[in-house]
Amino acid sequence: MSKTYYDPADLRKFAKITEWSEELGHKFFEYYGKVFEEGALTSREKSLIALAVAHTEQCPYCIDAYTKDGLQRGVTKEEMMEAIHVGAAIKSGATLVHGVQMMNKVNKLDG
Amino acid sequence: MGKLKTQSLQKRHSDLANTNKQLEILSNGVFANGELPTFKNKISETNQFPLKAKTLEILQINVGYMCNQVCEHCHVDAGPDRKEIMTKETMQQILDVIKTTGAHTLDLTGGAPEMNPNFRWFVEKASKIGVQDFIVRSNLTIIRANKKYYDLPDFFKKHNIHVVSSMPHWTRGKTDKQRGEGVFDMSIKALQELNAVGYGMPNSDLKLDLVYNPSGAFLPGDQMAMEKDFKKALLEDFEIQFHNLFAITNLPISRFLDYLIASENYEDYMYNLVEAYNPMAVENVMCTNTLSVSWDGYLFDCDFNQMLELPVNSKAKHISEYKTELLEGRNIVISQHCYGCTAGAGSSCQGIVA
Repeated sequence: MSKTYYDPADLRKFAKITEWSEELGHKFFEYYGKVFEEGALTSREKSLIALAVAHTEQCPYCIDAYTKDGLQRGVTKEEMMEAIHVGAAIKSGATLVHGVQMMNKVNKLDG
Repeated sequence: MGKLKTQSLQKRHSDLANTNKQLEILSNGVFANGELPTFKNKISETNQFPLKAKTLEILQINVGYMCNQVCEHCHVDAGPDRKEIMTKETMQQILDVIKTTGAHTLDLTGGAPEMNPNFRWFVEKASKIGVQDFIVRSNLTIIRANKKYYDLPDFFKKHNIHVVSSMPHWTRGKTDKQRGEGVFDMSIKALQELNAVGYGMPNSDLKLDLVYNPSGAFLPGDQMAMEKDFKKALLEDFEIQFHNLFAITNLPISRFLDYLIASENYEDYMYNLVEAYNPMAVENVMCTNTLSVSWDGYLFDCDFNQMLELPVNSKAKHISEYKTELLEGRNIVISQHCYGCTAGAGSSCQGIVA
């Protein structure tokens, strides 16, 4: 039994989710593959978005996967860190913008 | 140029300087316990075993392992300390063979081929034979390494040499990390000098191609997309132009194998290669139309097999024994490193193959 919740080797087994729900699994991977194809956005741009979201979702598998994916596409470490800051800015902004709700409530209750 | 990146495995007296040790690693572990299929089993699934040599198209000559650089991932284990250099006698034997083969491409590699004292003599003689494509794999920094090499761009031009050069990235940091401090700046200067004599310019017949191979334990991305990024960055930042970019996968041998093991990336890397296996790439894998000649004239299916000391499976083992009928149709010698040439869009000294 693994002593941690996350095992890096589990990422290699991702495709196995299909074994317990074949149709949905295949549909998911088909969709996933399609999303990352070159489109209105380049695959490189999509890779950087995925890296930022991987961090905001705090998914260690996704962080490993899209760090490597970025390196494969020639993405630099500076570009990667900037992308993560974009994710972090939205996360902190999303927290802080709720401050307005707090202010509204204070003003209503004690204004 | 600044300090060298590292030392050759041979100089370090590393266990991996012994090719048997490398082959042992490639056959054990995940390939011995059945976690991953051996290359032989994998290509057997699609009835592609044994791989057989087709008509010879490319003759690749390694004129010596001496190099002015010691790149972190060099599969040749080249460096200034390597003394293996092709003699004029062996070069003459190769010239005699080139005349008799139908090979359309002659491909000189090393080490830094320009450091062989008979390099220019050989180029002058070989260029007169009239092969369609005469490649020299130049590491670029050699052009700026010493005054005696400053005229190389003109020399290449005079003999209509197709220059193919390594460039791991369009940024200084990533290039110097792999190839040594100062390599990026010298390479840029060399590329500008090649451009100045006409190499790499649009519509120019003086071909200048770059080779991209990843700076770490990951596979190369899409060759076309990388080429676009390289062209944009090199033109905007340094007004440099070139023709094609070849994306080449690092094979898990020699110094790259040493790096994979030391950085604890070996197993993951082998998984990546096997997962990216593409049977379409097997069809056109370079060993089927190439013959690699070592500095001492021995014959191999490819430069990688040469470095692993896996000779051709033929009665003709040496260039002096070359006979088309003895080499065409031979079974290619394979091991797990071959997965490097069949991953994704495939990989060869001319880039992707599928």
